Amino acid sequence: MHVEEKLTAETFPAEPEKATLEGKNKFLGFWFFLGGETVLFASLFATYLALKDSVAGGPSAKELFQMPIVFLATMLLLTSSLTSVYAMHHMRNFDFKKMQLWLGITVLLGAGFLALEIYEFTEYVHEGFKFSTSAFSSAFYTLVGTHGGHVAFGLLWIITLMVRNAKRGLNLYNAPKFYVASLYWHFIDVVWVFIFTVVYLMGMVG
Amino acid sequence: MSTLARKKGVGAVIWDYLTTVDHKKIAILYLIAGGIFFLLGGLEAMIIRIQLAVPNNDFISAGFYNEVLTMHGTTMIFLAAMPLVFAMMNAVVPIQIGARDVAFPFLNSLGFWLFFFGGVFLNLSWFLGGAPDAGWTSYASLSLASPTHGIDFYVLGLQISGLGTLIGGINFLVTIINMRAPGMTYMRMPMFTWATFVTSALILFAFPPLTVGLIFMMMDRLFGGNFFDPALGGNTIIWEHLFWIFGHPEVYILVLPAFGIFSEIFATFSRKRLFGYSSMVFATVLIGFLGFMVWAHHMFTVGMGPIANAIFAVATMAIAVPTGIKIFNWLFTMWGGSIRFTTPMMYAVAFIPSFVIGGVTGVMNATAAADYQYHDSYFVVAHFHYVIVGGVVFALLAGAHYWWPKMFGKMLDEKLGKVTFWLFFIGFHLTFFIQHFLGLMGMPRRVFTFLPGQGFETGNMISTIGAFFMAAGTIVLLANVVITTVKGKRVGNDPWEDGRTLEWAVSSPAPEYNFAQTPLVRGLDAYWIEKMEGKKGLTPAEPLGDIHMPNPSILPFVISLGLFVAAFGFLFHQDHAWGTPVGIVGLLITLGAMFFRSIIDDHGFHIHKEEIMEAEKKGAGA
Repeated sequence: MHVEEKLTAETFPAEPEKATLEGKNKFLGFWFFLGGETVLFASLFATYLALKDSVAGGPSAKELFQMPIVFLATMLLLTSSLTSVYAMHHMRNFDFKKMQLWLGITVLLGAGFLALEIYEFTEYVHEGFKFSTSAFSSAFYTLVGTHGGHVAFGLLWIITLMVRNAKRGLNLYNAPKFYVASLYWHFIDVVWVFIFTVVYLMGMVG
Repeated sequence: MSTLARKKGVGAVIWDYLTTVDHKKIAILYLIAGGIFFLLGGLEAMIIRIQLAVPNNDFISAGFYNEVLTMHGTTMIFLAAMPLVFAMMNAVVPIQIGARDVAFPFLNSLGFWLFFFGGVFLNLSWFLGGAPDAGWTSYASLSLASPTHGIDFYVLGLQISGLGTLIGGINFLVTIINMRAPGMTYMRMPMFTWATFVTSALILFAFPPLTVGLIFMMMDRLFGGNFFDPALGGNTIIWEHLFWIFGHPEVYILVLPAFGIFSEIFATFSRKRLFGYSSMVFATVLIGFLGFMVWAHHMFTVGMGPIANAIFAVATMAIAVPTGIKIFNWLFTMWGGSIRFTTPMMYAVAFIPSFVIGGVTGVMNATAAADYQYHDSYFVVAHFHYVIVGGVVFALLAGAHYWWPKMFGKMLDEKLGKVTFWLFFIGFHLTFFIQHFLGLMGMPRRVFTFLPGQGFETGNMISTIGAFFMAAGTIVLLANVVITTVKGKRVGNDPWEDGRTLEWAVSSPAPEYNFAQTPLVRGLDAYWIEKMEGKKGLTPAEPLGDIHMPNPSILPFVISLGLFVAAFGFLFHQDHAWGTPVGIVGLLITLGAMFFRSIIDDHGFHIHKEEIMEAEKKGAGA
């Protein structure tokens, strides 16, 4: 199949993201990229675990973390992963409008998560927990901040795709683009599950 | 709009190379840039050896020695060996698997420019307050105390060039999995392609820990972080772990392609198929796997305890087994073969004993208890130069001679090539063999001078003389390149006459679309099979038709330039008010270029059937 072909709901392939060679390459390459990202976050987690008790007289995890806001942020991000699944479902069914709608909801939920995280960070700074306070603070902000940076990049990416393709609808050129963006979004979500467990739950209980 | 065989001005050629996404041209870019950095690193090596020629020498100061020593190691590993390996991969691998290009031509170009700007940024440190001076390993206890901006150049420069390497790794993984010609099964892939495949996987998993380590170092030095500062709860050993989790696989990232290059050369010039092909593949994968399990053998003296040391010692020794398999396979490939001692073959034959010496000292170092004696002595310096020079540099020189006609269409002069070989081979052993004994006699590595009367004089003088032999060999090689470029005669598809793999079935250099018709691969050594059946060309797998090609683009250059500007700004953000704004502008340039890449559709173009037929006719005559 060629990327420039005009397609209808009947002729649209079952897996449009892998229907062209370019799409196949993008799909596989992106999975490899996520493999590298996994190692990147693993290194950040390992360092965090090594330094989480090195508070150097500054606030500790137990004193800082508040369950309500973290729980709310977690729920927002987990839900956004689900809504991006809906968006991909509609993409495969060649229903562009519904895909855009669910992507829009995904973006809103992601933006909500990011706003909560920024609010959380400013609160910590007010409480005297700055980036340079201790080894623990540096490790915390770098790990959670790297994840937050990924969320921000993901939002910009999905918004760009939505705006760029708003008028022309789906084809085999942009279907792989939407698909890998949603893969990226799932990855961010999985990383957050680990952050929620290792950083926040273990920080409050352990 | 094909650009085939069209005369162009200098400006157009430069623009062509700035925007090219053709893997063959990117290979040439990697070769030139890596070659220049190799000369620079070599110059630094010569300064080191001149300083150490006699005791109490004051050729350079102690502080400058630290900078030269650091930049020698960093340049040679990151800016010379890596890009030269990528030059070989780009020049050969897509053609070896019967592909028209790599999977991501745009990213291929981006990878090169990131590496290039990272390397230039790192070397700017010479002119902007001093180069890094904490060794190529840049241990945090040293680097955090370094007063100049040198370490910051190291951190940001390597971050940028490392990103380029990672992109290159992903590109080759996908290329080899998705772009193989019909019939090119995994177990029919040439050994160099296999080595590239495993190396790319190592790059993918080894570079992120370095990225993270460099982020920590950047935070600590420039943004008030405390990862490595014990006063605020940090831990300098974290850097050592992250660095070596990257650093040890890096050794295999360099040496596996070297093994691949030699495997091609042994088979070609023994006129036999590679002995034990499947065990070669198995050994390559096993080395790649074990390469991740051994990083802490660089840290035996840190105090990890006897159990950790024992585990890492045994894992390290285990790597000798697959490596030994390879050595015997190469020997058996030559056994009974009809051997031609061409320049590449001379390097290949010389590589075996040289590399075995490095392997044996490797097992000696791996013995944790004994390593307490060898650690930080010239014994270690001798060991890793035996594997890196005796393995990787020999392979790069061999590969350059072997594939030069395929890259440039002209053969390097064989006589000069052999002069280079002998000068380099003799010089190499003169320089480094004696260093084993200097180390065992107690000479520590990284010292800027030594005292008379301790028995180090003769050894160091011999070592320095050897270095001059290697320098002479390099100069002969450069002369050879110039003479060949000016006077060399154009060669045909298969200038060595014994080519076995697909790259020898296309013209030299290959046309921009590589194959007019995608070939059908009927077994290992696909071109050899066709030749043995008396055929001139490959069996096509498709009718002649229009060929889809990617568009050139300046965006990879702009994306890399943006990061270069950003690194420059953030490096000076504590000293100058313009630092942060410049840094932000740089990031905006990068993000803006990425944005345009995303919104501008790039469907590529087609070379039409008639143009291809015309080009093929000309190619056959040339």
